[in-house]
Amino acid sequence: MPDLIEKKNAGIPAQRAESAAEPKPEKARSLGLDAWHDLRRRPIFIVSSLLILLLIAIAIAPGLFTSVDPRAGDLRNHYLSPPNYGHLFQADWFGYDGQGRSIYARVLYGARASVVVGICVTAGVTVLGGLTGMIAGYFGGWVDTLVSRITDIFFGIPLLLGALVILNAFTSRTVWSVVFALIALGWTQMTRVMRGSVITVKQADYVTAAKALGAGTFRILFKHILPNAIAPVIVVATIALGGYIATEATLSFLGIGLQDPTISWGIDINSAQKVIRTAPFALFFPAGMLSLTVLAFIMLGDAVRDALDPKLR
Amino acid sequence: MGRYVIRRLLQMIPVFLGSTFLIFVMVHALGDPVNALFGDRAPDPVVAAQIRKQYNLDEPLWLQYLIYMGNLFRWDFGTTFNGQSVTSLLATAYPATIKLTAVAFTIEVIFGVGFGLISGLRRGGWSDNTVLIFTLIVISIPTFVTGYVLQYLVGVQWGILPATAGEDLTLESLLLPGIVLASVSLAYVARLTRTTVAENSRADFVRTAVAKGLPRRRVVLNHLLRNSLIPVVTFLGADLGALMGGALVTERIFNIHGVGFYLYQGIVRQNTATVVGFVTILIIIYLAANLLVDLLYAVLDPRIRYA
Repeated sequence: MPDLIEKKNAGIPAQRAESAAEPKPEKARSLGLDAWHDLRRRPIFIVSSLLILLLIAIAIAPGLFTSVDPRAGDLRNHYLSPPNYGHLFQADWFGYDGQGRSIYARVLYGARASVVVGICVTAGVTVLGGLTGMIAGYFGGWVDTLVSRITDIFFGIPLLLGALVILNAFTSRTVWSVVFALIALGWTQMTRVMRGSVITVKQADYVTAAKALGAGTFRILFKHILPNAIAPVIVVATIALGGYIATEATLSFLGIGLQDPTISWGIDINSAQKVIRTAPFALFFPAGMLSLTVLAFIMLGDAVRDALDPKLR
Repeated sequence: MGRYVIRRLLQMIPVFLGSTFLIFVMVHALGDPVNALFGDRAPDPVVAAQIRKQYNLDEPLWLQYLIYMGNLFRWDFGTTFNGQSVTSLLATAYPATIKLTAVAFTIEVIFGVGFGLISGLRRGGWSDNTVLIFTLIVISIPTFVTGYVLQYLVGVQWGILPATAGEDLTLESLLLPGIVLASVSLAYVARLTRTTVAENSRADFVRTAVAKGLPRRRVVLNHLLRNSLIPVVTFLGADLGALMGGALVTERIFNIHGVGFYLYQGIVRQNTATVVGFVTILIIIYLAANLLVDLLYAVLDPRIRYA
């Protein structure tokens, strides 16, 4: 009996003691470290990051998960043959599409386009929007007015619509043209987030202190303001990443995104839509993978927001 | 109030000019519409020059923009390459999209705020968790997937609602497209309402209202909900424009000949006048919705005054 109590108490009080010590100044952790500590214990974070890691692995090396050529079609034997759920990880696991190609292989190979678009657009938008937002927020005055008006102008044009107009100009569209179009239209969202965040941070005492100590503008911006203002940007970026993947799929679905030699879930959904009544599985698997991917990034963003926003705790 | 509205209207002018110029540049600078008109063949130089002259395409871009803006003030949106006036296209397309958006917006407001209120009041309960999981799933599934799945299940398999809308738009035929168009925004509205309601339910004014013996219905609707609506209204205002632009996908799935349908045709065929005309109206609606939101703040919260 005493043994049991000992064991029961072994884990919990240690943690309690630690969290009780948290507010003390000598054990101060940076916001990032604090958030990481909080995140590690959230099941939603663990599930979503495992999903994303698996997805990135599939995107980097789809050949590890299937040996089937996703572009090899066999119309005579495989035209829209239904899934064979017993054949795990085989070519016919998810059935065949309207050109006799293995849906399982295509679903795996399609991950690459989505992941590349999602990550590159988010990175580009964060860098471009982050820099402009920082400059506008920190310097204020006419620079701020100019940047804010430009973001207002971009906000009037819906993302999907603008992307259609830009992409229609390309005769052959690759992943990079989609990335370019989405960055060109999406950066202003980050500018707004960063600008708001910088404006609250720049009034902090440590910024005044750094100025008084004679730190240069560059040093103040990148060493003092950026680390303290970046949290909302990270949250918005994670959630937006899922959104960009969905936008790419929507563009490909509309026929103005990626083109056929590239394998994309959006293209596959578009071709499956014509046979939805006879072969709903052809639509279900790429659509399911797409939704699962977007879900994983939105869940990650939710978890990161809860961890980074101390107000909600 | 009047002065505030006038100031806001004046502030809109540069944004309006900037947005329209941006879309004008995007449409004109990317690709040559006259070449697109001829497809793969090389156009006859004389014919091409004649077409360029007819549509002012031989002028520099800024002059084209000025001519376009000048015509706009006389309610002339130009003509498409096949001779239709864009104004008449607008007159056929916008009513359809406005009907669709109205249905979607009503669904979004009623169910979004309703679900959000229910889950925010019982934070942590099973209804809260159901709403949270449901909204997460709805946000993750792209509109075109939801559209096809619902069309297949509700319209084709079960035959509860019409699968496509077609020419005459009845409320019944717009219900399914409306649900699809509203779905993602509905989820955002529910989550936003949930957060603000949960935050405000601990506020002093709610405790006071309960303490002075008001019935629960009155506490929730008049005190709690009214104070929680400001962020929701902000989102709804910005979303109205997004709904009309986002109708592109929904209208395609349900075969509704609205703004999305004509815009898509205009973009694919590089019919510059169509694209610029439709987007210009979208921008005006977006700006007007934002102004309306700012005016609604004063209705929701009497402390906000516009001098």
